[in-house]
Amino acid sequence: MRTLYKISLLVLALLFVVGTVGCASKQAAGSVTIHVLTMDQAGLKPAEIDQIAREFEAKNPDIKVNMEYLGYDFIHDKITTGMAANPPAYDAVMIDVIWPDEFIQAGYLLDVTDRITPEMKSGMFPASWNGVTRNGKVYGMPWLMDVKYFMYNKDMLQKAGITDPPKTWEELVDQAKIIKDKGIVEFPIIWSWNQKEGVVCDYAVLLYGNGGSFVDANGKPAFNNDKGVEVLTWMKQTLDDGLTNPSSISSDENMVRDNFIAGESAFAVNWLFQYSDSNDASKSTIVGQAAFAPMPVYQAGADAGVKGSSVDGSSSFAIMATTPYPDQTWKFLSYLTSNEVQTRYSAEMLPVWQADFEGEALKQLEGATPNNPVTVPAFLAQFPYANERPTVPYYNEASAALQLAIQEALTGVKPPQQALDDAAAKWIELAGK
Amino acid sequence: MSHHKLTQKLWLSLLTLPVFFFIFFPLLWLFSASLSTQVELFAVPPHWIPQAPTLQNYLDIIFPSQAASSVPRTFATALLNSVKIASAVTIVCVFVGSMAAYALTRIPFKFNRSIQLGVIATRMIPEVSLVLPLFIIASRLQLINKPVVLVLTYLSFALPYAIWLMAAYFQTVPIELEDAARLDGCSRLGILFRVVMPISVPGLVSTAMFVFLLAWDEFFYALIFTSTLAAKTVPVAIAEFVGRYVVNINGMMAGGILAAVPPVLVALIFQRYIVRGMTAGAVKG
Amino acid sequence: MNSIKRRPTLQQQDARTAWLLLAPSLVILLGVTLWPVISTFILSFFHAPTGINQVRTFVGFGNYLEMLRDRTFWETIGRTLYFTIVSVGLELILGLAIAQLIHSRPWGWQFLRFSLIIPWAVPTIVNGAMWRWIYSADFGALNGLLMQLGLIKHYIPWLAQPNMAMNLVIVADIWHTMPFVALVLQAALATLPGDLEEAAAVDGANAWQRFWQIRIPLLRPAILVALIVRTVDAFRVFDIVYILTSGGPAYKTMTITYLTYLNSFAFGKQGTGAALSFLISAFTITMALVYIRIFYRPEETQ
Repeated sequence: MRTLYKISLLVLALLFVVGTVGCASKQAAGSVTIHVLTMDQAGLKPAEIDQIAREFEAKNPDIKVNMEYLGYDFIHDKITTGMAANPPAYDAVMIDVIWPDEFIQAGYLLDVTDRITPEMKSGMFPASWNGVTRNGKVYGMPWLMDVKYFMYNKDMLQKAGITDPPKTWEELVDQAKIIKDKGIVEFPIIWSWNQKEGVVCDYAVLLYGNGGSFVDANGKPAFNNDKGVEVLTWMKQTLDDGLTNPSSISSDENMVRDNFIAGESAFAVNWLFQYSDSNDASKSTIVGQAAFAPMPVYQAGADAGVKGSSVDGSSSFAIMATTPYPDQTWKFLSYLTSNEVQTRYSAEMLPVWQADFEGEALKQLEGATPNNPVTVPAFLAQFPYANERPTVPYYNEASAALQLAIQEALTGVKPPQQALDDAAAKWIELAGK
Repeated sequence: MSHHKLTQKLWLSLLTLPVFFFIFFPLLWLFSASLSTQVELFAVPPHWIPQAPTLQNYLDIIFPSQAASSVPRTFATALLNSVKIASAVTIVCVFVGSMAAYALTRIPFKFNRSIQLGVIATRMIPEVSLVLPLFIIASRLQLINKPVVLVLTYLSFALPYAIWLMAAYFQTVPIELEDAARLDGCSRLGILFRVVMPISVPGLVSTAMFVFLLAWDEFFYALIFTSTLAAKTVPVAIAEFVGRYVVNINGMMAGGILAAVPPVLVALIFQRYIVRGMTAGAVKG
Repeated sequence: MNSIKRRPTLQQQDARTAWLLLAPSLVILLGVTLWPVISTFILSFFHAPTGINQVRTFVGFGNYLEMLRDRTFWETIGRTLYFTIVSVGLELILGLAIAQLIHSRPWGWQFLRFSLIIPWAVPTIVNGAMWRWIYSADFGALNGLLMQLGLIKHYIPWLAQPNMAMNLVIVADIWHTMPFVALVLQAALATLPGDLEEAAAVDGANAWQRFWQIRIPLLRPAILVALIVRTVDAFRVFDIVYILTSGGPAYKTMTITYLTYLNSFAFGKQGTGAALSFLISAFTITMALVYIRIFYRPEETQ
């Protein structure tokens, strides 16, 4: 038994040693492999990005690009685990507009300010840099610009005898009442108010449309002032009045799209993808009926000078700070986001370069797909009003607190003022840590 | 059969109906969704039987080259990975675990109790908590995205599970059998392999099934530790039916049905080997 | 001189055999879990924000105390206990009933046993997606069915009801895992020797008496195993919540493991996440010990 004991200990020790001491692997001489993690279906399809990667490899024979595609819900977790390893599991990742602050504080993102050329700076939409610039430093390359749009079903409005889409949220309520009373649909409005980021996006659209904001000039929470409370009360009121579909409380943006293209609602606020889906005959029953209108604002907001309101939902590519291959990764990212490549794929995804939206290029862009004549002008009209969600490092927790507060108010668990006050208290607590 | 027995059998058989309903209602809905087009899925009231049924969802998965999106194309590979990993985990668990379970339940020795507690204790921590440290180790050993990393990490919770289950079966084996064998001069190992194991075949097979399904089912580790087709498993492939804006429910349901097929086949095969208690006669004598 | 090697005693022989049988399992378990568990344990005593070059400050029991003082923590524990008790209770009752049903060989018993595998074989993620679809407010089968049966007038957004949501998750979980209990018990029933009950029947005991006084005690080890395994697993439930509700609405379906996940992955507080992991273990170990104390009779013979 002694010997067995000794052998077992030896094996354990061996395993322990192997477990803690890694062995470095040798790359094939001269060639470098970079790993890029990107969101599935964000902008270009995987097959298209793969194509771009192969083109890049052909032009740069000593760099291999390994793309990984993953759904949005899982990317954040993969980045957290991927960065725990050294070298990191990824050299570049696609990040959502709400992550830079958290990642910068965690030291994940490489400062690329010095690598941005002047033509990049001036050539891309200025607003597209908002997502990746903090304190004057740039941490990534813009990729997909997206905002929330206001879409409505023109056939339903016509049936109800309404000639123009609403300009204010108050008008929306009136129009929704008419549509409901005429029996066209039971719940004319659908939102993505489930307990995920989507509800904060919708709240952002409404809040800024009321002249409110998430934080004040000193960085303290301002969403629980009367402007913010008014918005939340209004949201609950539309539910109570039967104008907003009660399933909004458990709907995310995909379910909003499902509802809208099944002809179950007349008004739906959503990202751009909803429009092309609505014209896809294999999925939609309302082909040709969807239309854009500028996002409404509240009367009070309009009086205070607010011209438009939406929320930024863009994605960009960032280089990981601990990557062993920053130069090669940068080379790939600049190729991926270059004007030349983006113009070629402009039918699949709106480019980030302003030049593509001017003169001849604009005409070409609009003609690129059947939906573009509508979506391109809508984009140009709505994008300038994109508001950012709070750029704080503890955003995930802060957003979770706000999501909870809004849900509690909407389900009647707490009155709106109290719910928002509790969330504001949580934000102050998080800021203090 | 007597009249009494016949009525009894009738009642019992009727009782199976609610059970069948409970099992099959969601499944039939799943199956119906897998045969629908996207437009049909959103019909109100729901079409219990699709009015325009289509096999397209299945075709996309089985004949990948003509699939529109990349996800179905890769499903077959993910299926194969899952089969390999789950089988490996099962084989190791049943062999290694049964030996350990016997030692812990039937052999009195000094550390028996503490090892039992230790085995139970490893199952107490949520798997989620160990992901980050395991990832760091796996990354240092260059094991990320290789199927073996999933086999090893699954063993961390599958093996205690297997030991636990088999310990329970071994305990239902009547001790008289072992005593009888001992009197005949058998060593501990002899008792284990010649008496206990053959009787416990139902238990071993059931445990194998459970471990296989446990490994088959696992999602979070598979998500974190795999990135490409080299090691991706079925749950991760299914998760990919949910893109950012494309929720391919009918595709996902078709994938779900296909994903359930290998475990069900395994169960079907093993069922032949589950023999009812054969020991009834052995002890009496 | 004591150098004469004596023939090993039965006890020593036993111990040697035991170690031999245990060695492979121990090697695997220690190899894979030892370091992760230890490093997580050490981490739980630090304030450890996620990130590179992040300073880790030693806080002793700070993380633990913070959690024990936090109202959300206790609410979540309560919620998780509710889920565990209801889920496991129903699974046990249903599982035992169905196992007994199969054992008594009604018509189609083989098909029944075979069908039980299917919900268990459907991967959790598919189960979650399927139930989310069934509960869908606009297009779901539950609404469709209840509406057609005339039991409701409007479609109900099931997953948005704060008080219903947890029960819905329980139903989805039971559908998937009750077969496990049923099959464990059924396999145990299959290995039970029939002679005891035959003897009792000859002595005049009726079916009910035979069931409660002979069969259930004989099944005790299997029931105990099913109970412990399911209780520990139910308390640590994660995957189905991750997929079906993401903890909502208003955190009403957030279980303790989901809270741990949020802390470690979403909030970047790995120290807190680690502390929560061990607090969870404390709960589950206590539960397992309680069960063992109440039910475990190692020398139980007839």
